[in-house]
Amino acid sequence: MKFIALLVAVFTGAILMYAELDFPAWGDPQSPASTHLSPHYITQGFEETAAPNLVTSVLADYRSYDTMFETGVVLVAALAIMLILRRPWRNSIPGEGEEDSDDVVANDVVANDGAAPGDTRGGIATKSGAKAVSITTTLVSGASSDDSIIVRTACRLLIPVMQLFALYVLAHGHQSPGGGFQAGVILGASLILLALAYDLKTALRRFSEKRTMMVAVMGVLLYVGIGFLCLPLGGNFLDYSVWSNILPVSPVMARYHGMLWIEVGVTLAVMAVMFSIYVDLSSRGRLDEGL
Amino acid sequence: MIWQFDLILLIFVVIMAIAALQVRDLISAAVIFGSFSFLMCLLYAGMGAVDVAFTEAAVGAGVSTVFVLAMALHTTRRTKD
Repeated sequence: MKFIALLVAVFTGAILMYAELDFPAWGDPQSPASTHLSPHYITQGFEETAAPNLVTSVLADYRSYDTMFETGVVLVAALAIMLILRRPWRNSIPGEGEEDSDDVVANDVVANDGAAPGDTRGGIATKSGAKAVSITTTLVSGASSDDSIIVRTACRLLIPVMQLFALYVLAHGHQSPGGGFQAGVILGASLILLALAYDLKTALRRFSEKRTMMVAVMGVLLYVGIGFLCLPLGGNFLDYSVWSNILPVSPVMARYHGMLWIEVGVTLAVMAVMFSIYVDLSSRGRLDEGL
Repeated sequence: MIWQFDLILLIFVVIMAIAALQVRDLISAAVIFGSFSFLMCLLYAGMGAVDVAFTEAAVGAGVSTVFVLAMALHTTRRTKD
Protein backbone atom coordinates (compact mmCIF):
# COMPACT_ATOMS: atom_id res chain seq x y z
CA MET A 1 0.00 0.00 0.00
CA LYS A 2 2.79 2.38 0.89
CA PHE A 3 4.56 1.50 -2.34
CA ILE A 4 1.46 2.34 -4.39
CA ALA A 5 1.15 5.67 -2.58
CA LEU A 6 4.78 6.45 -3.36
CA LEU A 7 4.23 5.49 -6.98
CA VAL A 8 1.20 7.78 -7.26
CA ALA A 9 3.07 10.64 -5.62
CA VAL A 10 6.11 10.29 -7.90
CA PHE A 11 3.89 9.97 -11.00
CA THR A 12 1.86 13.09 -10.09
CA GLY A 13 5.02 15.00 -9.35
CA ALA A 14 6.52 14.01 -12.70
CA ILE A 15 3.39 15.14 -14.54
CA LEU A 16 3.38 18.45 -12.66
CA MET A 17 7.05 19.01 -13.50
CA TYR A 18 6.36 18.18 -17.15
CA ALA A 19 3.45 20.64 -17.20
CA GLU A 20 5.61 23.26 -15.55
CA LEU A 21 7.84 23.29 -18.63
CA ASP A 22 5.06 25.05 -20.53
CA PHE A 23 4.91 27.93 -18.05
CA PRO A 24 6.56 31.19 -19.03
CA ALA A 25 9.96 31.71 -17.46
CA TRP A 26 10.09 33.36 -14.06
CA GLY A 27 9.96 37.14 -14.40
CA ASP A 28 9.44 36.97 -18.16
CA PRO A 29 8.15 40.40 -19.32
CA GLN A 30 6.60 38.78 -22.43
CA SER A 31 4.39 36.36 -20.51
CA PRO A 32 0.61 36.87 -20.88
CA ALA A 33 0.20 37.86 -17.25
CA SER A 34 2.81 40.58 -17.63
CA THR A 35 1.51 42.03 -20.91
CA HIS A 36 -2.24 42.10 -20.30
CA LEU A 37 -3.07 44.09 -17.16
CA SER A 38 0.14 44.55 -15.20
CA PRO A 39 1.47 47.49 -17.26
CA HIS A 40 -1.60 49.49 -16.36
CA TYR A 41 -1.10 48.87 -12.63
CA ILE A 42 2.61 49.59 -12.85
CA THR A 43 2.34 52.79 -14.85
CA GLN A 44 -0.98 54.16 -13.55
CA GLY A 45 -1.19 52.66 -10.06
CA PHE A 46 0.52 55.51 -8.26
CA GLU A 47 -1.40 58.22 -10.13
CA GLU A 48 -4.74 56.54 -9.45
CA THR A 49 -4.35 55.56 -5.80
CA ALA A 50 -1.34 57.54 -4.45
CA ALA A 51 -0.04 54.35 -2.81
CA PRO A 52 3.66 53.65 -3.55
CA ASN A 53 3.30 50.00 -2.56
CA LEU A 54 1.70 48.45 -5.61
CA VAL A 55 0.77 45.26 -3.76
CA THR A 56 -1.45 47.15 -1.36
CA SER A 57 -3.20 49.12 -4.08
CA VAL A 58 -3.87 45.98 -6.13
CA LEU A 59 -4.98 44.01 -3.09
CA ALA A 60 -7.15 46.63 -1.44
CA ASP A 61 -8.37 48.65 -4.39
CA TYR A 62 -8.19 47.01 -7.81
CA ARG A 63 -8.84 43.54 -6.42
CA SER A 64 -10.84 44.62 -3.42
CA TYR A 65 -13.77 42.33 -4.15
CA ASP A 66 -11.43 39.35 -3.89
CA THR A 67 -9.92 40.54 -0.61
CA MET A 68 -13.35 41.15 0.86
CA PHE A 69 -14.35 37.54 0.38
CA GLU A 70 -10.95 36.37 1.63
CA THR A 71 -11.72 38.16 4.88
CA GLY A 72 -15.12 36.50 4.86
CA VAL A 73 -13.52 33.10 4.35
CA VAL A 74 -11.23 33.69 7.33
CA LEU A 75 -14.25 34.55 9.45
CA VAL A 76 -16.10 31.46 8.26
CA ALA A 77 -13.06 29.34 9.17
CA ALA A 78 -13.14 30.63 12.74
CA LEU A 79 -16.90 30.04 12.92
CA ALA A 80 -16.52 26.49 11.57
CA ILE A 81 -13.81 25.63 14.11
CA MET A 82 -15.96 27.08 16.86
CA LEU A 83 -18.98 25.14 15.63
CA ILE A 84 -17.04 21.86 15.66
CA LEU A 85 -15.13 22.26 18.92
CA ARG A 86 -17.25 24.43 21.20
CA ARG A 87 -19.76 22.52 23.27
CA PRO A 88 -20.84 24.98 25.93
CA TRP A 89 -23.90 22.93 26.86
CA ARG A 90 -21.86 19.80 27.55
CA ASN A 91 -19.58 19.85 30.57
CA SER A 92 -17.40 16.86 29.79
CA ILE A 93 -16.58 15.35 26.44
CA PRO A 94 -17.15 11.57 26.19
CA GLY A 95 -14.01 9.48 26.51
CA GLU A 96 -12.31 11.93 28.82
CA GLY A 97 -13.86 10.88 32.08
CA GLU A 98 -10.55 9.58 33.44
CA GLU A 99 -8.90 12.97 33.15
CA ASP A 100 -11.75 14.70 34.89
CA SER A 101 -11.62 12.32 37.85
CA ASP A 102 -7.86 12.93 38.04
CA ASP A 103 -8.55 16.64 38.27
CA VAL A 104 -10.98 16.11 41.12
CA VAL A 105 -8.44 14.01 43.03
CA ALA A 106 -5.78 16.67 42.56
CA ASN A 107 -8.15 19.34 43.77
CA ASP A 108 -8.95 17.29 46.83
CA VAL A 109 -5.26 17.00 47.65
CA VAL A 110 -4.85 20.74 47.29
CA ALA A 111 -7.86 21.34 49.48
CA ASN A 112 -6.52 19.05 52.17
CA ASP A 113 -3.22 20.90 52.09
CA GLY A 114 -4.96 24.25 52.33
CA ALA A 115 -7.61 23.34 54.88
CA ALA A 116 -7.04 23.17 58.60
CA PRO A 117 -5.61 19.84 59.87
CA GLY A 118 -8.14 17.39 61.16
CA ASP A 119 -10.81 18.76 58.87
CA THR A 120 -12.91 15.74 57.86
CA ARG A 121 -15.95 17.21 56.23
CA GLY A 122 -17.84 15.77 53.26
CA GLY A 123 -16.79 15.77 49.65
CA ILE A 124 -18.89 18.79 48.68
CA ALA A 125 -17.33 21.00 51.31
CA THR A 126 -13.86 19.82 50.25
CA LYS A 127 -14.62 20.66 46.65
CA SER A 128 -15.80 24.15 47.52
CA GLY A 129 -12.66 24.54 49.60
CA ALA A 130 -10.60 23.52 46.58
CA LYS A 131 -12.36 26.11 44.49
CA ALA A 132 -11.71 28.80 47.09
CA VAL A 133 -8.03 27.85 47.31
CA SER A 134 -7.58 27.88 43.54
CA ILE A 135 -9.33 31.23 43.23
CA THR A 136 -7.06 32.69 45.91
CA THR A 137 -3.99 31.30 44.12
CA THR A 138 -5.16 32.83 40.86
CA LEU A 139 -5.78 36.17 42.46
CA VAL A 140 -2.42 36.24 44.22
CA SER A 141 -0.16 35.09 41.44
CA GLY A 142 -2.23 36.23 38.48
CA ALA A 143 -1.54 32.97 36.68
CA SER A 144 -1.15 29.30 37.37
CA SER A 145 1.73 28.45 39.64
CA ASP A 146 3.89 26.47 37.19
CA ASP A 147 4.66 29.48 34.99
CA SER A 148 8.16 30.80 34.69
CA ILE A 149 8.62 34.38 35.79
CA ILE A 150 11.28 34.86 33.10
CA VAL A 151 8.89 33.88 30.34
CA ARG A 152 6.15 36.05 31.76
CA THR A 153 8.37 39.10 32.14
CA ALA A 154 9.81 38.68 28.65
CA CYS A 155 6.32 38.43 27.19
CA ARG A 156 5.20 41.45 29.16
CA LEU A 157 7.99 43.40 27.47
CA LEU A 158 7.43 41.83 24.06
CA ILE A 159 3.65 42.08 23.68
CA PRO A 160 3.36 45.91 23.65
CA VAL A 161 6.22 46.14 21.14
CA MET A 162 4.50 43.56 18.93
CA GLN A 163 1.22 45.43 19.04
CA LEU A 164 2.92 48.74 18.28
CA PHE A 165 4.74 47.12 15.37
CA ALA A 166 1.44 45.70 14.10
CA LEU A 167 -0.07 49.18 14.12
CA TYR A 168 2.95 50.43 12.18
CA VAL A 169 2.58 47.59 9.66
CA LEU A 170 -1.09 48.50 9.25
CA ALA A 171 -0.60 52.24 8.94
CA HIS A 172 2.51 52.02 6.80
CA GLY A 173 1.16 49.32 4.50
CA HIS A 174 0.70 51.80 1.67
CA GLN A 175 4.36 52.78 1.67
CA SER A 176 6.17 49.60 2.65
CA PRO A 177 5.52 45.86 2.73
CA GLY A 178 2.72 44.97 5.06
CA GLY A 179 -0.93 45.76 5.35
CA GLY A 180 -4.07 44.63 7.07
CA PHE A 181 -3.57 40.90 6.96
CA GLN A 182 -0.02 40.93 8.33
CA ALA A 183 -0.93 43.46 11.01
CA GLY A 184 -3.89 41.33 12.03
CA VAL A 185 -1.75 38.22 12.29
CA ILE A 186 0.84 40.02 14.42
CA LEU A 187 -1.87 41.40 16.72
CA GLY A 188 -3.42 37.95 16.99
CA ALA A 189 -0.01 36.46 17.72
CA SER A 190 0.50 38.94 20.55
CA LEU A 191 -2.76 37.79 22.11
CA ILE A 192 -1.75 34.15 21.60
CA LEU A 193 1.58 34.92 23.26
CA LEU A 194 -0.29 36.33 26.24
CA ALA A 195 -2.35 33.15 26.45
CA LEU A 196 0.79 30.99 26.18
CA ALA A 197 2.90 32.88 28.72
CA TYR A 198 0.13 33.29 31.28
CA ASP A 199 -2.84 31.02 30.80
CA LEU A 200 -5.95 31.06 28.72
CA LYS A 201 -8.09 32.57 31.47
CA THR A 202 -5.84 35.62 31.74
CA ALA A 203 -6.03 36.21 28.01
CA LEU A 204 -9.78 35.66 27.94
CA ARG A 205 -10.23 38.14 30.78
CA ARG A 206 -8.62 40.75 28.55
CA PHE A 207 -10.34 39.67 25.37
CA SER A 208 -13.36 37.51 25.99
CA GLU A 209 -14.84 35.12 23.47
CA LYS A 210 -17.88 37.30 22.92
CA ARG A 211 -15.72 40.34 22.29
CA THR A 212 -13.48 38.33 19.97
CA MET A 213 -16.34 37.34 17.74
CA MET A 214 -17.83 40.83 17.85
CA VAL A 215 -14.52 42.31 16.71
CA ALA A 216 -14.21 39.72 13.94
CA VAL A 217 -17.69 40.43 12.60
CA MET A 218 -17.17 44.18 13.01
CA GLY A 219 -14.01 44.00 10.90
CA VAL A 220 -15.79 42.27 8.03
CA LEU A 221 -18.74 44.64 8.46
CA LEU A 222 -16.44 47.67 8.28
CA TYR A 223 -15.02 46.37 5.01
CA VAL A 224 -18.40 45.59 3.47
CA GLY A 225 -19.93 48.77 4.86
CA ILE A 226 -17.33 51.02 3.27
CA GLY A 227 -17.92 49.16 0.02
CA PHE A 228 -21.68 49.49 0.25
CA LEU A 229 -21.65 53.16 1.15
CA CYS A 230 -20.01 53.80 -2.21
CA LEU A 231 -23.31 52.85 -3.87
CA PRO A 232 -25.51 55.69 -2.50
CA LEU A 233 -22.62 58.10 -3.15
CA GLY A 234 -22.92 57.35 -6.85
CA GLY A 235 -20.12 54.87 -7.48
CA ASN A 236 -19.72 51.18 -7.97
CA PHE A 237 -19.41 48.71 -5.10
CA LEU A 238 -16.00 49.25 -3.39
CA ASP A 239 -15.19 52.26 -5.60
CA TYR A 240 -13.76 54.45 -2.86
CA SER A 241 -13.09 57.44 -5.12
CA VAL A 242 -16.72 58.59 -4.72
CA TRP A 243 -16.04 59.31 -1.06
CA SER A 244 -14.56 62.58 -2.31
CA ASN A 245 -18.15 63.76 -2.88
CA ILE A 246 -18.71 64.16 0.86
CA LEU A 247 -15.15 64.29 2.23
CA PRO A 248 -12.81 67.22 1.59
CA VAL A 249 -10.26 65.15 -0.34
CA SER A 250 -9.47 64.52 -3.98
CA PRO A 251 -10.75 61.26 -5.58
CA VAL A 252 -7.20 59.87 -5.55
CA MET A 253 -6.76 60.52 -1.85
CA ALA A 254 -10.26 59.15 -1.23
CA ARG A 255 -9.09 55.85 -2.71
CA TYR A 256 -5.96 56.04 -0.55
CA HIS A 257 -7.95 56.54 2.64
CA GLY A 258 -10.59 54.01 1.62
CA MET A 259 -7.84 51.43 1.28
CA LEU A 260 -6.56 52.34 4.74
CA TRP A 261 -9.99 51.86 6.32
CA ILE A 262 -10.70 48.55 4.71
CA GLU A 263 -7.23 47.47 5.88
CA VAL A 264 -8.33 48.39 9.39
CA GLY A 265 -11.34 46.13 8.89
CA VAL A 266 -9.13 43.28 7.69
CA THR A 267 -6.83 43.77 10.68
CA LEU A 268 -9.67 43.58 13.19
CA ALA A 269 -11.17 40.51 11.55
CA VAL A 270 -7.89 38.62 11.20
CA MET A 271 -6.72 39.44 14.72
CA ALA A 272 -9.94 38.22 16.29
CA VAL A 273 -10.09 35.15 14.06
CA MET A 274 -6.51 34.08 14.89
CA PHE A 275 -7.17 34.43 18.59
CA SER A 276 -10.51 32.64 18.36
CA ILE A 277 -8.99 29.70 16.48
CA TYR A 278 -6.17 29.44 19.03
CA VAL A 279 -8.58 29.58 21.95
CA ASP A 280 -10.76 26.83 20.53
CA LEU A 281 -7.89 24.58 19.47
CA SER A 282 -5.79 24.89 22.61
CA SER A 283 -8.58 24.18 25.07
CA ARG A 284 -10.53 21.63 23.00
CA GLY A 285 -13.36 24.14 22.88
CA ARG A 286 -13.76 24.23 26.65
CA LEU A 287 -12.03 27.56 27.27
CA ASP A 288 -10.60 26.32 30.56
CA GLU A 289 -6.90 25.62 30.68
CA GLY A 290 -5.21 26.17 27.36
CA LEU A 291 -1.75 24.78 26.73
CA MET B 1 19.11 36.64 -6.56
CA ILE B 2 22.47 34.97 -5.96
CA TRP B 3 22.09 31.44 -7.28
CA GLN B 4 24.40 29.82 -4.68
CA PHE B 5 22.26 31.20 -1.87
CA ASP B 6 19.15 30.11 -3.74
CA LEU B 7 20.54 26.60 -4.12
CA ILE B 8 21.40 26.28 -0.42
CA LEU B 9 17.90 27.46 0.53
CA LEU B 10 16.21 25.04 -1.89
CA ILE B 11 18.29 22.10 -0.60
CA PHE B 12 17.32 22.99 2.95
CA VAL B 13 13.65 23.28 1.95
CA VAL B 14 13.74 19.73 0.56
CA ILE B 15 15.57 18.45 3.66
CA MET B 16 12.99 20.08 5.93
CA ALA B 17 10.10 18.65 3.91
CA ILE B 18 11.48 15.12 4.12
CA ALA B 19 12.37 15.52 7.79
CA ALA B 20 8.86 16.72 8.65
CA LEU B 21 7.43 13.59 7.04
CA GLN B 22 9.96 11.20 8.55
CA VAL B 23 10.05 12.34 12.15
CA ARG B 24 7.84 10.38 14.55
CA ASP B 25 7.24 13.08 17.09
CA LEU B 26 4.45 15.41 15.94
CA ILE B 27 5.79 18.29 18.05
CA SER B 28 9.12 18.05 16.22
CA ALA B 29 7.23 17.87 12.93
CA ALA B 30 5.41 21.09 13.80
CA VAL B 31 8.67 22.87 14.59
CA ILE B 32 10.27 21.55 11.40
CA PHE B 33 7.28 22.86 9.46
CA GLY B 34 7.90 26.23 11.07
CA SER B 35 11.48 26.26 9.83
CA PHE B 36 10.27 25.10 6.40
CA SER B 37 7.95 28.11 6.29
CA PHE B 38 10.77 30.38 7.31
CA LEU B 39 13.00 29.08 4.50
CA MET B 40 10.13 29.60 2.05
CA CYS B 41 9.82 33.13 3.43
CA LEU B 42 13.50 33.72 2.63
CA LEU B 43 12.96 32.37 -0.89
CA TYR B 44 9.98 34.69 -1.46
CA ALA B 45 12.00 37.62 -0.16
CA GLY B 46 14.78 36.70 -2.58
CA MET B 47 12.30 36.74 -5.46
CA GLY B 48 11.28 40.27 -4.49
CA ALA B 49 7.82 39.36 -3.22
CA VAL B 50 8.33 41.03 0.15
CA ASP B 51 4.64 41.16 1.04
CA VAL B 52 4.25 37.44 0.46
CA ALA B 53 7.41 36.79 2.48
CA PHE B 54 6.03 38.90 5.32
CA THR B 55 2.78 36.96 5.33
CA GLU B 56 4.60 33.65 5.16
CA ALA B 57 6.79 34.59 8.13
CA ALA B 58 3.83 35.75 10.20
CA VAL B 59 1.31 33.05 9.29
CA GLY B 60 3.39 30.05 8.21
CA ALA B 61 6.28 30.25 10.63
CA GLY B 62 4.42 31.91 13.48
CA VAL B 63 0.75 31.31 14.02
CA SER B 64 0.19 28.06 12.14
CA THR B 65 3.06 26.43 14.06
CA VAL B 66 1.25 27.31 17.27
CA PHE B 67 -2.00 25.88 15.88
CA VAL B 68 -0.35 22.60 14.87
CA LEU B 69 1.39 22.43 18.26
CA ALA B 70 -1.92 22.94 20.04
CA MET B 71 -3.50 20.16 18.02
CA ALA B 72 -0.56 17.79 18.57
CA LEU B 73 -0.59 18.39 22.32
CA HIS B 74 -4.29 17.62 22.52
CA THR B 75 -4.39 14.58 20.28
CA THR B 76 -1.54 12.07 19.95
CA ARG B 77 2.02 13.15 20.28
CA ARG B 78 3.43 10.21 18.31
CA THR B 79 2.36 9.36 14.81
CA LYS B 80 1.40 5.82 13.94
CA ASP B 81 3.07 5.52 10.52
